[in-house]
Amino acid sequence: MTNADILDTRSGPMSFLDRAHTVAKAGYSRWLVPPAALCIHLCIGQAYALSVFNLPMTKLIGIDHAAPEDWKLTEIGWIFSIAIFFLGASAAVFGRWVEDGGPRRAMFAAGLCWAGGFFVSALGVYLHNIWIVYLGYGVLGGIGLGLGYISPVSTLIKWFPDRPGMATGMAIMGFGGGAFIASPLSVWVIKRFSTPTHIGVAEAFLCLGVVYLAFMWVGAAIVRVPAPNWRPEGYTPPVVAQKLITKNDVYVYDALKTPQFWLIWWVLCLNVTAGIGVLGQASAMSQEMFPGRVTPIAAAGFVGLLSLFNMAGRFIWASISDYIGRKNTYFCFFAIGTVLYALVPWTGSIGSVTLFVLCFVIILSMYGGGFATVPAYLRDMFGTRYVGAIHGLLITAWSMAGVFGPVLVNYIRQYQIDNGVPKAQAYNTTMYIMAGLLVIGFICNFFVKAVDQRFHMTSK
Amino acid sequence: MVSSTTSSSTALKLILAWGFVGIPLVWGVAQTIANAMALFN
Repeated sequence: MTNADILDTRSGPMSFLDRAHTVAKAGYSRWLVPPAALCIHLCIGQAYALSVFNLPMTKLIGIDHAAPEDWKLTEIGWIFSIAIFFLGASAAVFGRWVEDGGPRRAMFAAGLCWAGGFFVSALGVYLHNIWIVYLGYGVLGGIGLGLGYISPVSTLIKWFPDRPGMATGMAIMGFGGGAFIASPLSVWVIKRFSTPTHIGVAEAFLCLGVVYLAFMWVGAAIVRVPAPNWRPEGYTPPVVAQKLITKNDVYVYDALKTPQFWLIWWVLCLNVTAGIGVLGQASAMSQEMFPGRVTPIAAAGFVGLLSLFNMAGRFIWASISDYIGRKNTYFCFFAIGTVLYALVPWTGSIGSVTLFVLCFVIILSMYGGGFATVPAYLRDMFGTRYVGAIHGLLITAWSMAGVFGPVLVNYIRQYQIDNGVPKAQAYNTTMYIMAGLLVIGFICNFFVKAVDQRFHMTSK
Repeated sequence: MVSSTTSSSTALKLILAWGFVGIPLVWGVAQTIANAMALFN
C-alpha cells in the first residue's frame, strides 16, 4: 500500500479532500475541470499585479508623501522576489505530495496558504513591520503560488489526453489573466478604505484574502479526477507510441537523471529569461526608446497590451502544440523570437512605434506560450503518472529566470548609459543578447529526444 | 427523462462554472484593452 492509498482510505472531517472522494461519477463533464483550474490560477495570477501596492506601501505613514520611516521601494521589491523564490521551491518540494493527494487537497491547501499570506501581510502592514509582510505574502503566499500553480496540471492532462496542450494552456492562461482582475480590483479596494489620514492597504489585503480563499475553494469543490481507465468518448489512444510521445511513465526523481529534463529546464529558463526582463522594464523601455512619442499613460497601455498577449499566447500556442507537436512549438518560439529581438533596435532606429509594439506583443505571446506548453511537453516525455510533480521540479527554471531576466535588462542598460550610450539606444545590446539566449534555447530544444527506456517505470 | 434531467443539470453546472471565472476575466480584459488604447491615441 502506498502513502497515497493510505491517505485515500482514511475517514474523518477532512476526508472529502482525498483523491478517493474526488473521483468523478458518471455524467460528470470534463469541461468543469478547466474552470476549476481557472479558479486557482486567476487568483494566484494576482502576483503579477502586486506592483499596484508598491506606491501606497511607500506612504503608509506619510500618507501623501513618503516619510523617512516609510518603507522604501527597494524593501518592498523583495516581497515579490521572495514569493517567486518560494513558488519555485514549494512546487519542487511539494510536487510529489500534490500528485499523491490529488488536486482537491492541493487546491484547498493552496487557498489556505495564498489567502493566509494576505492575512499575515495585512497584519504586517497594520503593525508596519516589513518582515511580517515578507513572511506573509513572500513565504506563505509564495508556497500558495507554487501549490496552486501545479495543482490542476496533471488532472487536466488526464481529463484531456486528446488535447493536453489546450487543457493546460487554458489553466495557465488564468495565471496571466489574474493580474487583469487583481489590478483594478486592488486599486478600487484600497481607495474604498482610504481616508485623508489612512491608506487602506491592510484592509485591501484582508478583503482580497477573503475573496481569493472563497474563489479557490470553489475550484477545489468543483474539481474531479477521472475514474481509472476513463477516456473521452470517441478517443482511442494511439496503439504505437509516437516518436516523441511516450506511452510509459517515468518516476519523478528518475526524471531528474535524464538529459531530457535538464534540456527542457534550459528551454523553459531561456524562453522565460527573454520575456520576463522585458515585461518588467516595458514601460520605461518604450518611453526611453521613443522619447516624447510614448507618454507614461501610453506606456502603461503598452504594458497592459503585453500582458494581454502574454495571457492569450498561453492558450493559443499551447493549443497549437497539440497539432504541430511541442518540440516544433518551441522551435517556433526560439526562431521567431530570435528574429524579433534582433529587429527591435531597428524599429527604434526608424522610429516605428507600431513595429516596436508588434515585435513585443508576439514575443510576449511566446513567453506565455512557453509556460503553457511545457506541462504537455513533460507529459510527452515522461508520461502522465508523475507529470505534476516533474512540472513542479521544472518550475525552478522560472525562479532562476526571474532573477536572470530583469538583471540582464536593467544592468546592461545602466552599463550602456554609464558609458555614454544615448538612452534611446541603451537597450540594443540587451536585445541582441536576448536573441543569443534564444539561439541557445533552440539548440537545447534540438537535442531533446525520447527518454531512454531504462528510465521507464515497470509494472511492479 | 432521467438522462435529459442529468444533461440539463450538467449544462447548468457548466454555465455557472464558466460564468464564475469568465465574467471577472472578461471584465479585467475589457479594462486592460480600454487602458491600452491610450498607446494608439
